[in-house]
Amino acid sequence: MASLIACPHCGPRPKEEFTIRGDAGIARPLPDAGEDEWHAYVYLRDNPRGRHKEHWHHTSGCRRWLVVERDTMTHAIYTVTDASAQGETA
Amino acid sequence: MRYSAFSVFLNALKGNKGWKPAWRSPVPKNHYDVIIVGGGGHGLSTAYYLAKEFGITNVAVLEKGYVGSGNVGRNTTIIRSNYLLEGNNPFYELSMKLWEGLEQDFNFNAMVSQRGVLNLYHSDAQRDAYTRRGNAMRLHGVDSELLDRNGVRQMLPFLDFDNARFPIQGALMQRRGGTVRHDAVAWGYARGADSRGVDIIQNCEVKGIRRENGRVVGVETSLGFIGCGKLALAAAGNSTTVADMVDMKLPIESHVLQAFVSEGLKPFIDNVVTFGAGHFYVSQSDKGGLVFGGDIDGYNSYAQRGNLATVEHVAEAGVAMIPALSRVRVLRSWGGVMDMSMDGSPIIDRTHIDNLYLNAGWCYGGFKATPASGFCYAHLIATNEPHETGRAFRLDRFARGKMIDEKGVGAQPNLH
Repeated sequence: MASLIACPHCGPRPKEEFTIRGDAGIARPLPDAGEDEWHAYVYLRDNPRGRHKEHWHHTSGCRRWLVVERDTMTHAIYTVTDASAQGETA
Repeated sequence: MRYSAFSVFLNALKGNKGWKPAWRSPVPKNHYDVIIVGGGGHGLSTAYYLAKEFGITNVAVLEKGYVGSGNVGRNTTIIRSNYLLEGNNPFYELSMKLWEGLEQDFNFNAMVSQRGVLNLYHSDAQRDAYTRRGNAMRLHGVDSELLDRNGVRQMLPFLDFDNARFPIQGALMQRRGGTVRHDAVAWGYARGADSRGVDIIQNCEVKGIRRENGRVVGVETSLGFIGCGKLALAAAGNSTTVADMVDMKLPIESHVLQAFVSEGLKPFIDNVVTFGAGHFYVSQSDKGGLVFGGDIDGYNSYAQRGNLATVEHVAEAGVAMIPALSRVRVLRSWGGVMDMSMDGSPIIDRTHIDNLYLNAGWCYGGFKATPASGFCYAHLIATNEPHETGRAFRLDRFARGKMIDEKGVGAQPNLH
């Protein structure tokens, strides 16, 4: 994991200020979506080796939810955006 | 060649020129009955038990690096069977029994040391939880003892018993737990499997899985195509990468876990001691180095390295538990890639493809399971039926609501 995350609101900040939630690529299904979809949402993960989008919370900063795209192999961070910019999220 | 005190003596007389490599470096054949993907502890022990217990010797173990380069050489070498849940306990106890006879079984000195594992508790609630765990262990025929504060103080007088945040009230102890020299486990299983005819092929990365008519027919590797009757995955942190080759989505995230070793010290810590409340555990190797670690870093990673913040946290927790550690110098730190499952328990099961088998999801607890994992996986591959102690480790247990959530934290891999 890179040492700095460039928060779109606060600028580059040490990653210890942030808390990870997990995969940002999965969307919460509708309540009546059925067991298979809910099972996939709760339990199955893409777990890519390479580029990966995740939700991080700037817990010790602006307290906004962010979408961080980073590389799980090199730990480089590509983009950081506010989660609300992505529309409705999980 | 069988190793013995006599063979050491005889070779010493001959100037130690008679030793042979412990296993061959064969050129892969065109076809094997069974191919195992991953030459780590679990892959090698699977091959060993396939050959020894089930007589299946036309087997290849494909390892993308070298034997011992992955998690089998990166863990903190602890063995124990102090599990609470029905699905876990008999399995880990089978593993403990196999550890106890392992060196005689595979004729290799793995330095199995049953020095006792202590889990410290710091509150009445934690004591009650450990009492329950200890009782569950005893009901399964596993040894456990609940020590009070004085009992722990007699064994480990240097702990900070009056820590302001986590005063030590006692510990749950399993005397049969301990440590094993992890590289010797890999080498012993490799040698044992090789001597029974298994081909261990190092520096051979699986790049694709070839299927025909819904069955696996072989693997594309960096050394070309190799055909197989059955394909068994044991790729640990890279399980997702391999499962992707057959469009199988796993309930797994890969996370990084760090471990550390200090400079060599005189004998100091006799047992394995864990400080769960502070995220720290430690033992002392036979060379004198303190071997210790904490929790996973908490983010997905395939890099075998972690963050300095976790190093700092582990050091703080260590000093909180043993103040004398404050002046110990750390020699090395390293990271391993953990296949963190959604309930913290492993998977040993068949898959949606008839002749494809899966062994994954060991989180950071795979080393202690090495013998039983190989034994149960070999049983599954050979007979198509799960071994009775491993039958709870099903891939579909998440869909069926049969999770084995030892820590009770739910589907959140970075909390296990």
